[in-house]
Amino acid sequence: MTQPKAAAPAVAAYADTPLRRKVLRRIRNRPTTRGAIVLLGIFVLLALLAPFIAPQNPHDLASLSVMDNRLEPGAQGMTGITYWLGTDAQGRDMLSAILYGLRTSLLVGLTSTAGALVIGVAAGLVAAQFGGAIDAAIMRVVDFMLGFPSILIALVLLASIGRGVDKVIVAIILVQWAQYARLMRAAALVERRKEYIEAAVNFGLPTRHIMLVHLLPNSIGSVLVISTISIATAITLEATLSFLGVGVPVTQPSLGLLIANGFEFLLSGEYWIAAFPGIALVLLIMSLNLVGDRLRRSFNVRGP
Amino acid sequence: MSAYILQRLIQSVLVLLAVSIVVFLAVYGIGDPIELLVPPQVSAAERAAMIRRLGLDLPVWQQYLSFLGSALKGDLGTSFVHGVPAVELILARLPATFELVLLAMGLAAVIGVPLGLLAGLNPESRPSRAIMAGTILGFSLPSFWKGMMLILLFSVALGWLPTAGRGETVSILGFQTSLLTLNGLKHLTLPALNLAIPNMALMIRLVAAGTTEAMTQDYVKYARAKGVRRQRIVGRHVLRNILIPVVTVAGMEFGSLVAFSTITETVFAWPGMGKLLIDSIYHLDRPVVVAYVMLATLLFVVVNFLVDVLYAALDPRVKLTGEMA
Repeated sequence: MTQPKAAAPAVAAYADTPLRRKVLRRIRNRPTTRGAIVLLGIFVLLALLAPFIAPQNPHDLASLSVMDNRLEPGAQGMTGITYWLGTDAQGRDMLSAILYGLRTSLLVGLTSTAGALVIGVAAGLVAAQFGGAIDAAIMRVVDFMLGFPSILIALVLLASIGRGVDKVIVAIILVQWAQYARLMRAAALVERRKEYIEAAVNFGLPTRHIMLVHLLPNSIGSVLVISTISIATAITLEATLSFLGVGVPVTQPSLGLLIANGFEFLLSGEYWIAAFPGIALVLLIMSLNLVGDRLRRSFNVRGP
Repeated sequence: MSAYILQRLIQSVLVLLAVSIVVFLAVYGIGDPIELLVPPQVSAAERAAMIRRLGLDLPVWQQYLSFLGSALKGDLGTSFVHGVPAVELILARLPATFELVLLAMGLAAVIGVPLGLLAGLNPESRPSRAIMAGTILGFSLPSFWKGMMLILLFSVALGWLPTAGRGETVSILGFQTSLLTLNGLKHLTLPALNLAIPNMALMIRLVAAGTTEAMTQDYVKYARAKGVRRQRIVGRHVLRNILIPVVTVAGMEFGSLVAFSTITETVFAWPGMGKLLIDSIYHLDRPVVVAYVMLATLLFVVVNFLVDVLYAALDPRVKLTGEMA
């Protein structure tokens, strides 16, 4: 570096802020991205407030009336309740089921992404910092995991441990951590060659301090950007597993399981049981993808 | 070259060994193997006899070695539900899945390459933008959802195509195929299209990116300066240069198509090995699940090995003494 030492942080700050501001401005100026962000916000709010706004508690079998089964959207039930999105085979209000399903889908998507992120970032950081045999061992496992389609790994794991929300989360973490490890290692290796790390090493700072205080915050950016899209991937994977009948249990249905339940009625013209959860799922996935893709392009991050 | 092939061969065997250990531990370590391998309706005496016969009273490493030994002989257990060897059961369903996967690969190439060329030649035009936006949908929408929409559109609304099963098949060289009867083809169309969509999107992206890049190369500028017609430049020079990576990726995607066919086969009730896997998971038919995983891994390893060797043979720039991939 040719600049005097004291000026360096100021220069960094100057170079840093406009990018963030530019990215924010770019996101705000795109109508589709703005729409996607608003939609995402609505989805999160609906999921959080589901117990308060849902007309019915779909998990409480006592409040369901089997007489009201497979009613059309807008039909009135025995108890005078209006089913705006119709009912399913158990007489469950689809609107309530979707609100609660959204909760399960988002819970699984966010928790599993967070779990995979933590494990993957830790593995990638360790691999980049220590190199040698540790690096080789971690990366061999990563290559091994990425060599198989995620759906197959998750299916086989769930086939041996059974279904359940926690088990689906474990399965998705298992298939997603490896890509974060690879990204994090690559970013940390680039960062490690920079002079401030060299300076920190020469100061005699402990390795743990260098890894957590210098390396981690400076190389995690690209990984975080990619993780936005990965939430969508996680939600898709959960929906697929639940659709195949190995995902979440029937007592806590996600959007995918709701669609699976409605699938058999699709051919007989009772489209609403599968269609409305399907629309909700697709809007959720699309808006996450749009926001993630815009972030990725704005920060100029290459995907895994 | 032969050193490279040998190195890849050793790696492939190591991957197979690793998978066999993981699968063995998953089946014998996580769950209770007695519960998994002995049907629940047998009496206590039969139970004890079966435990001894299956060797479940032996130490774990000895059990693994015997598992490996019989696996090498092609014996991966007997299905609880069907009472026949699991490998036999899966191999009987293999032609149906391969038929689906091969047609899907064909569709992806036939539709994907021209669309990719179109999008790559005029990247700023409106249709190109629409195509590229479409590929994002193709990647990100869940496969089962797309399948449902195809059924809704082509079967329920339009009534053109059937929704389930294989239809009429004819036997060729001992294999049943739906490709040669009109009814079979009708049954095949929707599942194959559904399976092809993500691959088509990938193909479009690859070809478009390759084309845009190739059009700026000197050999294209030279050909243009020489007055070569546009069609000839695209057909002769551009297409040839971008096809190597496209063929490689298509080959590598074969394995994931087989894996993803589980979803498509479930939606369209297609009697392939993916549907068998899902049914076996439902019925807790573990030997079939284990056999599926081992056979699928073998398939992946063989395909990846062939693609790597082919790629090295096709493209002289690939380092033949490369690192472990």
